[in-house]
Amino acid sequence: MAENLLEVSTEAPVGTPTPVRGESKRLTRRQLILRRFLRNKGAVLGLVVILALVIAALVGPYVTRWSFDEVDRRAYLKPPNERHLLGSTQSGRDMLALTLRGLRKSLLIGFLVALLSTGIAAIVGSFAAYFGGWFERISLWIIDLLLVVPSFLLIAVLATGGSRGPYAWLLLVVLLAAFGWMLSSRVVRSLTQSVKEREYVQAARFMGLSAPKTIVRHILPNISSLLIIDATLNVSSAILAETGLSFFGFGVQPPDTSLGTLLGEGARQVNSFPWLFASPAIAVVVLVLSVNAVGDGLRDALDPNSASGGSAR
Amino acid sequence: MGAYVARRILNYLVLLFLAVSLTYFLAATQLEPRQLYELVNPPLDPVSIEQNLRSRNLSDEVPLLERYWTWLQNVVLHWDWGEAPRGGDIGGEVGRRIWVSLRLITLGSLLGTVIGVLLGAWTATRQYKPSDRSTTAASLLILSVPSFVIASALQVAATKINGATGVRLFEFVGETGSRGSYAGAAFADRLQHLVLPTIALTLINAAFFSRIQRNLMLDALGSDFVRTARAKGLRRSKAVMKHALRTALIPTGTYFAFSIATLFTGATFMEIMFSFHGMGEYGVTTILGQDVHGTVAVVAFSGACVLVGAILSDIAVAILDPRVRLS
Amino acid sequence: MSTQAAPAPKIRRTLSGTVLSVQDLNVTFPSEAGPVQAVRGLSFDLAAGETMAIVGESGSGKSVTSMAIMGLHPATAKITGSVSLHGEELLGRSDEKMSRLRGESLAMIFQDPLSALTPVYTIGDQIVEAIQAHHDVSSAAATKRAVELLDLVGIPNPQLRVRSFPHEFSGGMRQRAMIAMSIANDPDVIIADEPTTALDVTIQAQVLEVLKKAQRETGAAMIMITHDLGVVAGIADKVTVMYAGRPVEQGTVDEIFYTPRMPYTIGLLGAVPRLDATEKQALATLEGNPPSVVDLPPGCPFEPRCPMSTPECLAAEPPLIPTEHPAHVAACIHVGKVAAGNLGYDDIFPVAAPAYSPLEQVPRDQRTTVLQLEGMKRHYPLMKGAVFRRRVGTVHAVDGIDLEVKEGETLGLVGESGCGKSSTLLEVLNLKPPTEGRVVVLGQESGQLTGRQRQQMRRDVQVVFQDPMASLDPRMPVFDLIAEPMEVFKVDKAAIEKRVNELLRLVGLEPSHASRYPQQFSGGQRQRIGIARALALEPKLIVLDEPVSALDVSIQAGVINLLDELKAKLGLSYLFVAHDLAVIRHIADRVAVMYLGKIVEIGDVDHVYDHPTHPYTQALLSAIPVPDPEKERTRRRILLSGDLPSPANPPSGCRFRTRCQKLPTLTEQQQRACVDVVPDLYPTGQPDHTSACHYNEEVRVV
Repeated sequence: MAENLLEVSTEAPVGTPTPVRGESKRLTRRQLILRRFLRNKGAVLGLVVILALVIAALVGPYVTRWSFDEVDRRAYLKPPNERHLLGSTQSGRDMLALTLRGLRKSLLIGFLVALLSTGIAAIVGSFAAYFGGWFERISLWIIDLLLVVPSFLLIAVLATGGSRGPYAWLLLVVLLAAFGWMLSSRVVRSLTQSVKEREYVQAARFMGLSAPKTIVRHILPNISSLLIIDATLNVSSAILAETGLSFFGFGVQPPDTSLGTLLGEGARQVNSFPWLFASPAIAVVVLVLSVNAVGDGLRDALDPNSASGGSAR
Repeated sequence: MGAYVARRILNYLVLLFLAVSLTYFLAATQLEPRQLYELVNPPLDPVSIEQNLRSRNLSDEVPLLERYWTWLQNVVLHWDWGEAPRGGDIGGEVGRRIWVSLRLITLGSLLGTVIGVLLGAWTATRQYKPSDRSTTAASLLILSVPSFVIASALQVAATKINGATGVRLFEFVGETGSRGSYAGAAFADRLQHLVLPTIALTLINAAFFSRIQRNLMLDALGSDFVRTARAKGLRRSKAVMKHALRTALIPTGTYFAFSIATLFTGATFMEIMFSFHGMGEYGVTTILGQDVHGTVAVVAFSGACVLVGAILSDIAVAILDPRVRLS
Repeated sequence: MSTQAAPAPKIRRTLSGTVLSVQDLNVTFPSEAGPVQAVRGLSFDLAAGETMAIVGESGSGKSVTSMAIMGLHPATAKITGSVSLHGEELLGRSDEKMSRLRGESLAMIFQDPLSALTPVYTIGDQIVEAIQAHHDVSSAAATKRAVELLDLVGIPNPQLRVRSFPHEFSGGMRQRAMIAMSIANDPDVIIADEPTTALDVTIQAQVLEVLKKAQRETGAAMIMITHDLGVVAGIADKVTVMYAGRPVEQGTVDEIFYTPRMPYTIGLLGAVPRLDATEKQALATLEGNPPSVVDLPPGCPFEPRCPMSTPECLAAEPPLIPTEHPAHVAACIHVGKVAAGNLGYDDIFPVAAPAYSPLEQVPRDQRTTVLQLEGMKRHYPLMKGAVFRRRVGTVHAVDGIDLEVKEGETLGLVGESGCGKSSTLLEVLNLKPPTEGRVVVLGQESGQLTGRQRQQMRRDVQVVFQDPMASLDPRMPVFDLIAEPMEVFKVDKAAIEKRVNELLRLVGLEPSHASRYPQQFSGGQRQRIGIARALALEPKLIVLDEPVSALDVSIQAGVINLLDELKAKLGLSYLFVAHDLAVIRHIADRVAVMYLGKIVEIGDVDHVYDHPTHPYTQALLSAIPVPDPEKERTRRRILLSGDLPSPANPPSGCRFRTRCQKLPTLTEQQQRACVDVVPDLYPTGQPDHTSACHYNEEVRVV
């Protein structure tokens, strides 16, 4: 039975597929994965879009006519026109610049949170599974504790009480990572358990290699491909989480902006002034969709059992 | 079995207690109910502010542990979850709001789950064919859109349709509205207000479960026992439905039971967008309103849901998986 | 239809006696690397009651054949040729039409019964499903038939067990249930795909008997797919040997085993270690590996490994040509030469001279003791409950064993699953104090070592694992893999580099291989890399955990010979754990047979094999098939009853008494001793040969 809250679903497949025996590989593993990934048009498109968005977010502030906090007194609440390509807000700020700025912030937060939370998950999950015993039980218990509370509300509480300077979003990153690593660590733990019993790990143990070195040198690299998939999907969930928090005013605060903050401001007037809502909404959907498509493509590319090999006819 | 479940419930209760206490400490230190009084115009005198706060166990001049102890005693001995900073019984409020939330989410979640599971199972048998690719793309799209954006989009569309047809087909503000006097009007009115949120919830749940079920089914389809079933003479579709689906339901059952845990707080955005005054909305308004007791109550409720979900998932596994049942 | 106890007997059409006819079967799959021609041009005929064995190693295409006959391949596969059942063509039929035949006229038994049975339905339900898929009978009638079938295959208490789930059965029982399910509708053809590969030897013997019985009852033709030549000798009438997707030799079982004409078959038969080998011979080594069927070069696919190859062999793939008997065909242009000289494997293949170590000259009691176990026990607590775990029992994995390994000697530790041999191995490697008893390595007791001493001792005890794929980290190049143990002990870089090259040459690989990754090597080569790694620190004792059982037969021989050679050259000692007794006979000097955590017989390998005195050893040896059809036909097998008792609850007194074939022959007084008194290792009258039976008595079974 489940050992704790995290064990409620198994990562392992439901049935055992027939193994493929004894054929020498003519392509290296890396080439095979790349080939499978490239065959997935959605994933490739997603990758291209992400790159385009990143470039836009980085380069945007130097290219757009207006900067995001500049006020144009001649354009309050104007729909998209040639002065303001995506319209302007009620305080006269340019929607395009705001959206790009918001995109930048959301991207930054998303990637940082994913990196941090996957990193924490990798360490905690692998060490817990490797050592087992008390260490594992305590880790699992802490993970359970953090899962019981609704992280959204707690982050909201902590963000409300936190500082409100221009670096408030860093606190947000820390909070999101602190409450977001638990599910990833479940993945890491079950993967480590399956790898731990492999004979090359035992061989390392019996040649006298210390435990931390064994984990870092033998276990983590071998679960890295699934960690990458997990990290990619963490990006999209982090962006969605931050968007949700900012929507209610708990996340990124004005004058700084993120896509969620823009959505929150625009939602109130969506029927009368739709461009305030549409730009950030489209931006967030396109971004998250692309990340998810890439994550899915990675997962399919690494899965040896899917039937994407074409037909022999 | 009974002893096993009892032990796990005990474990979860201890966890819940710790989590809620932790939340109390956080809320009591981070939120500032005093602010609410200080921002009133004309300002009240400090003495009466303090009095107000103390009478509700919300004064930050009282040591934290003392406040905690008072709160704890109230909860455990009297089932009194305290008052809001400007007055108002938390317990009663929560009681009302739970039902509102339930009314909002039940239909959409159930519908969405069933549709999602069937859809996922079906597309797994058609892997990489157009029907599979389009369903996967649609699910991906829905899951990439923040739920409040879906809600907004639906509302915009509904308004346009209302305007175009001239009839107020869609009502989406609040739970009830103007009724009319025919029999069953109240019920019809409520249903009308539920249409949009139910659509939104169904879409999201269907997308979520179809992806999960598809992956689980793909694993099961490649398994040896499905091959054996076909070797016995079962046609492909029958082998899939009887053997693969049934076996893949084991982890699905646990996902579903566990998702009950996050059902209420996950509906927060829906409640706010459609003005349903349920528990999800309450969570946000209590934090914005510096309401310490309210926040803690919401967290306690949500934690309890998680526990119920976890226990249900254990039971689900025990029912669905004979390997576990007999150990 | 009224309820019947059994379906109406089928009328078998026997136009020419042929039930199944396969002509020029070709199966091609798509893959990342290009189309894979898994089966190329297979033809055979089968009559009712006949058994055809299809033998081959990995990549030979044998399993693909069975799935093609059943029509179970995915639609992406391209299948041409003809498969006809009672004269009716099967290929190209729709899934619906094939489904009517599958389970009724064509039945299949798969390899791994645990994964082949659906875990959520009872055994009874699954058999009933097989019946009701083809016959309109009520559930009650079908269940009754299911109970009859379970009884037929020898499952005790069938009325009760029919409601059990697959995971409640042991491996052998599950396979019997699968057989019952497959014969439920009285099929005309039974296809058994490696049905006993996943089972222990004594269970395998039981299941093979059941299979033969099933064939007799139904009168069906049987196709047995296996890589085990011993099993083939015992069960087949006709044999097809496949290599790289093609049949390379076909004939009756006697023709194939006594007068093989294709060099591959000859080499294969010579490479199989035999249980009845009396003198120490090196095994025939086939150089190289079975080819990948993705991109076959022109000419005979066996040519790269064939010592008899000539330039004509490269021209085209040889067709099957008849030998002196018209029905016996072989795909080799040199068949005439082989037949004329009646060439055997020692004529064609290089057979290395057996390696002898200088230590063997020294009498055993004068050599240093490398490993000694005294009364060693390893118990594991049996925990129940997930959160608050409490102990509900103890698993007596190893329950008091004594053994000794001297310098330059190989001790084979054999037994079936659950006997405790792997636990023993782990105890030796862990170098921590056991539950009870002593483990003494090179004179030092492992339980009394400090951390530093333990670390130092690791230089002297190294391990080679079973699975060549899983024992090497796929992310590290070969150089790093072999260098790692030396890095742990801080050997300097220049010395490491020199040593790695030396080791690679020692195990028969090139130093240039050091920059490659494990996936680029075959199974046998990977195992050699594993051996090289084990030798890196110049250990005195190497513990080997089934090092060849995951390898193809033709590759096994090379690794076994290598291990022999290294032992002689480097003065190593081996503790060799295996379940394959034939391999042990070849490589071990002494053998210890384990059962349920205890040693039941130990001694010189030839003595134990030729004069076994413990009933379990006798049963074990008699269960092992020998690749010799004549011997197999006349062999009397000792079949054990029942299943292995749980190691958490071993029987009192002699642990083997619940299955012992000798027990029923004893008087009641004698039987009481078996129940009450735990037997020690008693002498058997031969030097260095003891066994743990109160009434030990020699019975020749090999």
